[in-house]
Amino acid sequence: MSASKSRPERIAAHVRTMPPSGIRDFFDIVSTMKDVISLGIGEPDFVTPWHIRESAIFSLERGVTSYTSNLGLLSLRQALADYVERVFGPRYDPAREILVTVGVSEALDLVMRAILEPGDEVIFHEPCYVSYGPVITFAYGKPVPIATRAENHFALTPGEVAASITPRTRAIILNYPNNPTGAILPLEYLRGIAALAEEHDLIVIADDIYAELTYDGVHTSAAALPGLRDRTIFLHGFSKAWAMTGFRLGYACGPADLIGAMMKIHQYTMLCAPITSQRAALEALKNPDADIQEMRAEYQRRRNFIHASFSEMGIPCPRPAGAFYAFPEVRSCGMNSKDFAYALLDEEKVAVVPGTAFGACGEGHVRCSYATAMDDIKEAMVRFRRFVEKRRAH
Amino acid sequence: MDELLKLLKKNALESPENLARMLNLSVEQVKAKIEDYEKAGVIRGYQAVVNHDQLDLNLVTAVIEVKVTPEREGGFNHIAERISKFNEVQSLYLMSGAFDLLLFVSGQTLKEVAFFVSDKLATIPGVLSTATHFMLKTYKDHGVLMESQDEYERLKVSP
Repeated sequence: MSASKSRPERIAAHVRTMPPSGIRDFFDIVSTMKDVISLGIGEPDFVTPWHIRESAIFSLERGVTSYTSNLGLLSLRQALADYVERVFGPRYDPAREILVTVGVSEALDLVMRAILEPGDEVIFHEPCYVSYGPVITFAYGKPVPIATRAENHFALTPGEVAASITPRTRAIILNYPNNPTGAILPLEYLRGIAALAEEHDLIVIADDIYAELTYDGVHTSAAALPGLRDRTIFLHGFSKAWAMTGFRLGYACGPADLIGAMMKIHQYTMLCAPITSQRAALEALKNPDADIQEMRAEYQRRRNFIHASFSEMGIPCPRPAGAFYAFPEVRSCGMNSKDFAYALLDEEKVAVVPGTAFGACGEGHVRCSYATAMDDIKEAMVRFRRFVEKRRAH
Repeated sequence: MDELLKLLKKNALESPENLARMLNLSVEQVKAKIEDYEKAGVIRGYQAVVNHDQLDLNLVTAVIEVKVTPEREGGFNHIAERISKFNEVQSLYLMSGAFDLLLFVSGQTLKEVAFFVSDKLATIPGVLSTATHFMLKTYKDHGVLMESQDEYERLKVSP
């Protein structure tokens, strides 16, 4: 087989110039190595609870294999309306204000395409999930990242937001608890950002995918603040709290005009989310608290362990308050993030993700996921410590 | 249940240092708590979960349902204590339903267990009847699966 000739000119410029995800190169190297302990994984290490898997199997046995309504199964939307109201506060109409999507990733893409005109700006905080900037660019918008700082525990401050607002600003993305830092957003900051959103008529995109995995304090969604419900798209899904990443199921809640616009794109591009996943999600919502509590308790023990271990090593690491990531600062080893991650992998066979994969301001940090079995975390911390001590002795 | 007990029930060999890290306590606090639990009798021992099927042991385990007559003043306790003193009896529970006591009994051979039932158990005053079931294979014990399944591997790095 001969390789076909690469012809960059036939790729659209805004796609051609987009660099591939920094995580990708790293993944390619790690996957060729044996006996690596990976703290590089952005998905739960739990298997989806059995009763949820069992209901997916049952629906297949029954022959439930068709399309659903574009919005998603009505029964699922009704269950989502109840769940969101009980856990987060705002009430959404299952008939017009909830859209079931293929993961939060699709929902995020739909929001951008539904609201942006070429050149419109979207504010988001870095370090952040790898897709925010690209998804805005692919919708012909202009990404406006704000670098958050370790000394603020990576919380986005209203002052930083105010300084980034221009007449072209259309929306702001909030993702707390945060991937990759594990940070949460203090309520007074959220209130300040909400006031700015009202003042400048911005849409707030609340990516609350890690909300249930909050260990310190109580999570408040932007959608729950008075006056914000009708300018907020609330994004959530089943991947993290129910360990259902491979089911690819998310949802968006918001005012009917925005959800209707997103629905239009979804209808023509995706049609609907897979019915097997939707049936599984319906089961997940039947008695959600027990599953979630069990996983949260286990993550919390790991969070404590990993944070205590970094403190003992003298590695600065803001205490993660949510999600399943720690974001320690490794500058004291005299290397940048990427060199550190590659050397740690090479010498100690521990995979962490360079902080720069989540934005330039992640320099000096690495992301350590604790969605990994406790025994692996223990061994990884032993190796991490050995590596750090060796570097400091130099 | 206290988080410390949950962790010890999962792995009694966990080091105090690791327990302290997980629970956000000091090593001394962890050691003191464990000692308190031991003194109070909440923690009554530490055992390994062993897959007997994997060892070439002559070991037979039976589950025995026993109907008894409760005694005046002693209720079920007196007779239950008496039965629990036999070394053959591994576990003993008072049950609701069609019988009163449930015993887990082990011995080297089928015959040995059968003799225990006919000679020792059935002849205790107050024992009305017994029904013995022999165990054939253990799939799960104390929450631990006895056969490991092939693990599905996740991607090693993901966003």
